[in-house]
Amino acid sequence: MPIVNMNVNGNPVTGEVEGRTLLVQFLRENLGLTGTHIGCDTSQCGSCVVHVDGKSVKSCTLLAVMADGSEVTTIEGLANGAELHPMQQAFMDNHGLQCGFCTPGMVMSALDIVNRNGNELDENTVRKELAGNICRCTGYHNIVKSVTAGAKAMGD
Amino acid sequence: MYEFSYYKSGSVEDAVEAMNKAEDGKFVAGGQTMLPTMKHRLASPSDVIDLGGIAELSGISVDGDSVTIGAMTTHAEVAASGDVQAMIPALAQLASGIGDPAVRNQGTLGGSIANNDPAADYPAAVIALGATVKTNKREIAADDFFTGMFETALEDDELITAVSFPKADSAAYMKFENPASRYAIVGVFLAKTGSAVRVGVTGATPCAHRGMRLEEALNSNFSADACDGVEIPVEKMNTDIHASAEYRAHLVKVMTKRAVAACS
Repeated sequence: MPIVNMNVNGNPVTGEVEGRTLLVQFLRENLGLTGTHIGCDTSQCGSCVVHVDGKSVKSCTLLAVMADGSEVTTIEGLANGAELHPMQQAFMDNHGLQCGFCTPGMVMSALDIVNRNGNELDENTVRKELAGNICRCTGYHNIVKSVTAGAKAMGD
Repeated sequence: MYEFSYYKSGSVEDAVEAMNKAEDGKFVAGGQTMLPTMKHRLASPSDVIDLGGIAELSGISVDGDSVTIGAMTTHAEVAASGDVQAMIPALAQLASGIGDPAVRNQGTLGGSIANNDPAADYPAAVIALGATVKTNKREIAADDFFTGMFETALEDDELITAVSFPKADSAAYMKFENPASRYAIVGVFLAKTGSAVRVGVTGATPCAHRGMRLEEALNSNFSADACDGVEIPVEKMNTDIHASAEYRAHLVKVMTKRAVAACS
């Protein structure tokens, strides 16, 4: 079976996988990083979004072997000890989650939005850019508020 | 997903050799269509040959009046490219509307046109701009490339290396998208060079095609009104839960008119 090596949240990891092992399975089952969720089987919901070499990807639609040699960041890699990342804090402050299932993907997508669009985000940009993340509770209004506030806090 | 053997290719030759050795191999580019298809067990290749490690297949270059985009260049890279935005802004805009940001970071031009989904965006641009598809074996004209639903002129061991898009005087892509998947219910790419108009239509029929009747009308009178008298054959249109054949036929005209307005 193929061996993969990658750097996950700053830690070098190695593991034996099948060719068909998805990156999300590798993260959850081999590494125990269960913050990355699997919400659908159709690459549409975005709850599995992680960053691979600095870019957001759906980890349910990437083979672990395809990410061999990559730098991967998951939701577990954001907080500094007990101190939340400003984007996580913004979700908390703005009630940007209800059941919380989509939240890890929302936060990882939000950081990608900030990386590409900067710290001053308008509501339309955020709504358009979150097209690939679905909230089953339909809590979009506060999610959008959280992303906008989190983006701003990251620039302060 | 069924089991398969995975192979990471280091070069085009290496990938083709692996394909020739495989019992029922498939190339994977970004995997944004192929992996979901395999997860649903609608495809079960014996061997998956990954093109992700082949650096020479990525990148964008401008040569005179055309822009050449490597097959493994992602939608996000095309959308953000200053060269594409300067040469063919409609192509950058098309790429920026495929799927969602995470899909665009992974999905590729070559993967999209090799798969030839009836509702994919890129085929409309390849057709309307009269692009040339470059492979490891030959160059294929846009008009000869898309041969049927999920079918192309590519042979089993033939690999797209790049697509060369000639610049148009003006061009526009108008898509009526499915709000959940962002696939085109109908998409029309219109390119005008001199007085010659080419219309590429996707989403409407089982395979993207040239809107010859619309082209004829627009060649003699480049105005949105000229589309009114064109008959769109309803019997050739797709029909599904998202849109009936009649609705798609109507959308072909509406999207073309919007594209004409954007180019005027």
